[in-house]
Amino acid sequence: MITEIKRVSAVVLIMVFALMTSSTIITAFEVDNLRADGRNVRTLYDSYSAERGPILVGGRVIAESLPVDSEFKYLRTYLEPELYAHVTGYFTLNQGNTGIEGKLNNYLSGTANDQFLAQLNAILTGQSAKGASVELTIDAAVQQAAAAALGDNHGAVVALDPKTGAILAMVSNPSYDPNQLARHNTDLVIAAYNELLSDPSDPLINRAITGDLYHPGSVFKLVVAAAALDSGLLREDSTVANPAVLQLPLSNSEIRNAGRGTCGPDERVTLADALRISCNIPFAEIGAEIGVNVLRTYAERFGFGQPLEIPMDVTSSIYPANPDAAQLMLSAFGQSDVRVTPLQMAMVSAAIANNGVLMKPALVKTIRAQDLSIIEPFTPEIFSTPISDDTSTTLKRLMVANVDNGAASNGRINGVAVGGKTGTAQNGEGQPLTLWFTGFAPADDPQVAVAVVVENGSSFGNAVAAPIARQVMEAVLNN
Amino acid sequence: MTEPTLVAVNDRPALTKELRLRLRTPAKQRNRELILLLFAFAINLSALTLVELGALGEATGELFGYSVALCALVLVAHVCLRLTAPEADPLILPIATALNGLGIAAIYRIDIYNGAVGWDAASVRQIAWTAIAITIAMAVLVVIRNHRVLLRFRYVVGFTGLALLLLPLIPGIGYAQFGAQLWIRVGPLSFQPGELAKIALAVFFAGYLVEHRDSLTIVGRKVLGMRFPRARDLGPILVAWAAAMAVLIFQRDLGTALLYFGLFLVMLYVATGRVSWVIMGLALFAGGAVLAAQLFSHVAGRFTAWLDAFNQEIYDAIGGSYQLVQGLFGLAQGGLVGTGWGQGRPYLVPLAQSDYVVASLGEELGLAGLFAILALYLLFVARGMRIGFEGTDDFGRLLAVGLSFVVVLQVFIVVGGVTRLIPLTGLTTPFLAAGGSSLVANWIIAALLLRLSDTIRTGPHVVVGP
Repeated sequence: MITEIKRVSAVVLIMVFALMTSSTIITAFEVDNLRADGRNVRTLYDSYSAERGPILVGGRVIAESLPVDSEFKYLRTYLEPELYAHVTGYFTLNQGNTGIEGKLNNYLSGTANDQFLAQLNAILTGQSAKGASVELTIDAAVQQAAAAALGDNHGAVVALDPKTGAILAMVSNPSYDPNQLARHNTDLVIAAYNELLSDPSDPLINRAITGDLYHPGSVFKLVVAAAALDSGLLREDSTVANPAVLQLPLSNSEIRNAGRGTCGPDERVTLADALRISCNIPFAEIGAEIGVNVLRTYAERFGFGQPLEIPMDVTSSIYPANPDAAQLMLSAFGQSDVRVTPLQMAMVSAAIANNGVLMKPALVKTIRAQDLSIIEPFTPEIFSTPISDDTSTTLKRLMVANVDNGAASNGRINGVAVGGKTGTAQNGEGQPLTLWFTGFAPADDPQVAVAVVVENGSSFGNAVAAPIARQVMEAVLNN
Repeated sequence: MTEPTLVAVNDRPALTKELRLRLRTPAKQRNRELILLLFAFAINLSALTLVELGALGEATGELFGYSVALCALVLVAHVCLRLTAPEADPLILPIATALNGLGIAAIYRIDIYNGAVGWDAASVRQIAWTAIAITIAMAVLVVIRNHRVLLRFRYVVGFTGLALLLLPLIPGIGYAQFGAQLWIRVGPLSFQPGELAKIALAVFFAGYLVEHRDSLTIVGRKVLGMRFPRARDLGPILVAWAAAMAVLIFQRDLGTALLYFGLFLVMLYVATGRVSWVIMGLALFAGGAVLAAQLFSHVAGRFTAWLDAFNQEIYDAIGGSYQLVQGLFGLAQGGLVGTGWGQGRPYLVPLAQSDYVVASLGEELGLAGLFAILALYLLFVARGMRIGFEGTDDFGRLLAVGLSFVVVLQVFIVVGGVTRLIPLTGLTTPFLAAGGSSLVANWIIAALLLRLSDTIRTGPHVVVGP
């Protein structure tokens, strides 16, 4: 009997060791997977229990976590909700996060790997753990000017520092109140979200960088002109035929200039005049002349079809894949299947303004840990060099002429050389227009590149978009 | 200190004299026990206070009075041991007390979250049940002065055990909870008679096997290098297997079936020394379980929830892996050292006070706490096994091994289920989990082990069998 009891005792020991092993596997080895599982609400509660880092603009808080007396110890609060909604995004209770809140969640919640030492330090010194703070590149005055200038118009404004790529303003209208989505009552949040989602004006979409994208219309002529000049195929005084009506190849469609007449009185028109007066027919001819490959190459150098994170994902602007001859001509004045984000057009102006060097757009200036050490400093990065210094000098001059005595006259600022280009894109028969302005100021030492888009206008880019852009540029120059 | 009361109650001079003698004789084991009990009390009372500090931020002392009363009752049990079993093992009572107290603290922690007070609070009911259980345990110690009396009543006890096991199947009083038909209800009281049945069955198995082991030891044919029993001796194991299968099928409870059958197999092995019995038994049980899994969805569900727990479909299914996975999340949250008493969120897991009390403790006390609890169980069972080694009669030895093994097997089935070592089944964790039947049964086991351990040192050395 002794032998048997010995063996049973060994079995008992093995059983207890097995339990110790299985619990060790869970608590020591599988712990990361288990904590990261989306169904683990403890992780969610924890992400609320630690104070989430604030988001700042120019040293002022625009989003912060305020202590509340509930299971989730902090409530995310947005101080200028409508103004910054499309920048901050929203932070919900397990219903997904967007904008900076979504993209920099690890830093804000303090769970990013490079914050490990800071967290450890906080634990050892008895401070409560806190997420990193995120300072944005946005300039509050410019953002406010942009929002005020855009008013009730649906559309977007993007302002960049052409020398660094820092985003100075990013406004998308209509906006929403992210506080509604940050509440702790999930039912209310879902109701508010569904209401926003079903709103036909799509307030949740950041029109500056995402959404269905816009036809660029005449502002795309900047890309075409840049391609024509920089490739050496044409010069600014190169001429093309100047008819009042042009039959598209292999098609019944005819195209006309916006003024319904010829582009100036002459038999032939120069590239420079065609850009200044913004004529469609000459650009259709230029597009056909330089060909689809050159055009696409330059579009891609400016950022079309390229992935970009600012850190939010920017929807890539589109130059059509295989345009036929007619589509190529239409695309050369920004119609057909060319579709862009306002940020993309601001990037085109910024590259021209910055001597042909395109800086990577960025929204985050610094990420600072709880101990105030900088985790991620902002370092300007070159995105590409789409055109040469010479080409940029020529284009700058043409764009300044466009504002001074061309189609973009409403972009003028007294005493400052402003470069600009307007656009009035058609969206099909009976559909409202897309009104554009993109440009930079001052021409000799560019401080700002801007793109403005206004939806559903029944007017012209110069009448509606240019004055908005002017106010945004003034806000930068007055700083 | 208790002497005057006892003298007042018992005025027979002979008994008084004996009591005086007992109390004055230095009882080394009991003094050790007293010191260990003070440790257990300190652990239990500080656990309750820490729960309040962690969950509420202040010590409200809600249960303090009850708990001190419970400590006093344990001291009464200690005195009872001094009088009725002075040489009993000194570790069993302190371990049972400590585990019981940790359980109350874990249950109280959930009550605080639920805002349950008074009789609505599971912790208050648990304290009351503990008092009842300890009182019954003392009664067992007083009534059963010699465990061999149980040998005489083995068949009566065996039939009682069988009746208890089948009671929940009787319409009218039996009812199902969480899919398992294991409860009976009489008036406002509900009880799980199966918990008591395991003691009765252990007594019966010990008695029956000591009597019949000679014939069960005789081997028949040799198959694959192992000697198997004769066909005519297969009766008992087949009856036990059929009973286990009946529990599995009619009461829909894999854990209980495994517990009873495992108990029977181990006792059969210890009595006969034949590994072939164990192999046959395991094969029979595995075959039955596989068959049951194919025939009954509730059994199959347990297996799929175990093997593919993180599959979203199984996670969402009714009777799926939701509880298992949430329990794992809780344990992961606890990590190595736990969140601390009252500072985790064990209430997120269903049945955090009963079936999942181990996950609750794991979350707040961490792996370190779980190891300590497992070590307490190991120590408890080791004390029981010691009786098996040192016992003077085979019935007592077999009974001690059976009773200790059934405790550790139950811990294995529950904790193994929670930690995904084996499929999850609904059993209570001995001494820890909320539930009166379980407490009463396990305190009776403790009382029997105490009685048996006392016999080793004081009883006459009767040798039965080889």
